[in-house]
Amino acid sequence: MSEVLLQIDGKEVSAIEGATILEAARSVGIIIPTLCHHEKLEPYGGCRICSVEVDVRGRTSVVASCLFPVEKDLVVRTVSKKLDRIRKSLLEMMLAHAPDSEQLQVLAQEYGADRERFGKEASFCIHCGLCVRYCAEVKKKDALGFIDRGARKEICFIPEIASRECWECKECFPLCPTSALQAAFVLCKALSFPPETGSQEEVNISTLPVREQND
Amino acid sequence: MNVETIDQIIDNHQCEAGSLIQILLDIQSENHWLPKEALERVSEKLRVPLSQIQHITTFYKSFSLVPKGRHEVHVCVGTACHVRGAQRVLDTVQDQIGIKPGETDVDLKFSLETVNCLGCCALGPVMVVDGEYHGNIAPARIEETLKNYE
Repeated sequence: MSEVLLQIDGKEVSAIEGATILEAARSVGIIIPTLCHHEKLEPYGGCRICSVEVDVRGRTSVVASCLFPVEKDLVVRTVSKKLDRIRKSLLEMMLAHAPDSEQLQVLAQEYGADRERFGKEASFCIHCGLCVRYCAEVKKKDALGFIDRGARKEICFIPEIASRECWECKECFPLCPTSALQAAFVLCKALSFPPETGSQEEVNISTLPVREQND
Repeated sequence: MNVETIDQIIDNHQCEAGSLIQILLDIQSENHWLPKEALERVSEKLRVPLSQIQHITTFYKSFSLVPKGRHEVHVCVGTACHVRGAQRVLDTVQDQIGIKPGETDVDLKFSLETVNCLGCCALGPVMVVDGEYHGNIAPARIEETLKNYE
């Protein structure tokens, strides 16, 4: 693999051909904010928070750094007024969906995003796809996927697979930047898991309060 | 819908994962909707995860995961049909078969949908039953038109 020289924020950076701008920047300690990026997963380019400005052949364009491959003599800026504005607007839109997400609030503070700008339309999911991709790419279980499209797109567990696989795993839970995933799982569990498919411990917890009430 | 029919449709497409949408469309035209068992069979045979099939079938409006009637009635409510009285056509159809747009009657005979334009505005108002176009349809003629479908 040949090395490519490029410039990120005025710094000369060498990266392996085929690497993305994000990887090149991280290798020299330049931080680009991300939400849908995960090292173990294929780049997705869903959240666009990692947008950077690049100059290619005399033109400046805004690209998603988690997807854009490095090129020779590429000039990249990870901080600019334009990028701040883009990231701020993106965050404001995401905050309309998930107003209480900690990860979003940290970024919102950094970019001065106003969580009240758009009316709250809490779906709690920002469609980062981390859970769906983790389950498909790392665990290869495909226990959940997206359904519907556009503004109505949401995550949904397949009850048959979830009741078989999810009890032992739940590795996607900490990945979720909001809490939509946990909510979707609880919903799926409540709607469709027969109690005996769960572990003994879970069954006891769910039946305890009912017994107390009966007493 | 029996397993043999589904397998036959899948085999017609050489059991290729790339033909997923074509296979689903064929099942849909055979059965009018996509039952869960059919999707599970397709998932198993093509080795495509069910979550992905679920994503595709909920993405496209032409797929239905709920039972549909034997005959699909589409009433155009686009601008041209609207000014030519599509609303009265729609009202009459609703009265005749007793369901609202998006619904299916109890006998699974008719499903009713509205569409926004069929591209044949000169024929408006238009009603389409199973792909057969009824142009310039007068509300008075709807009853006898729908009688022809069993």
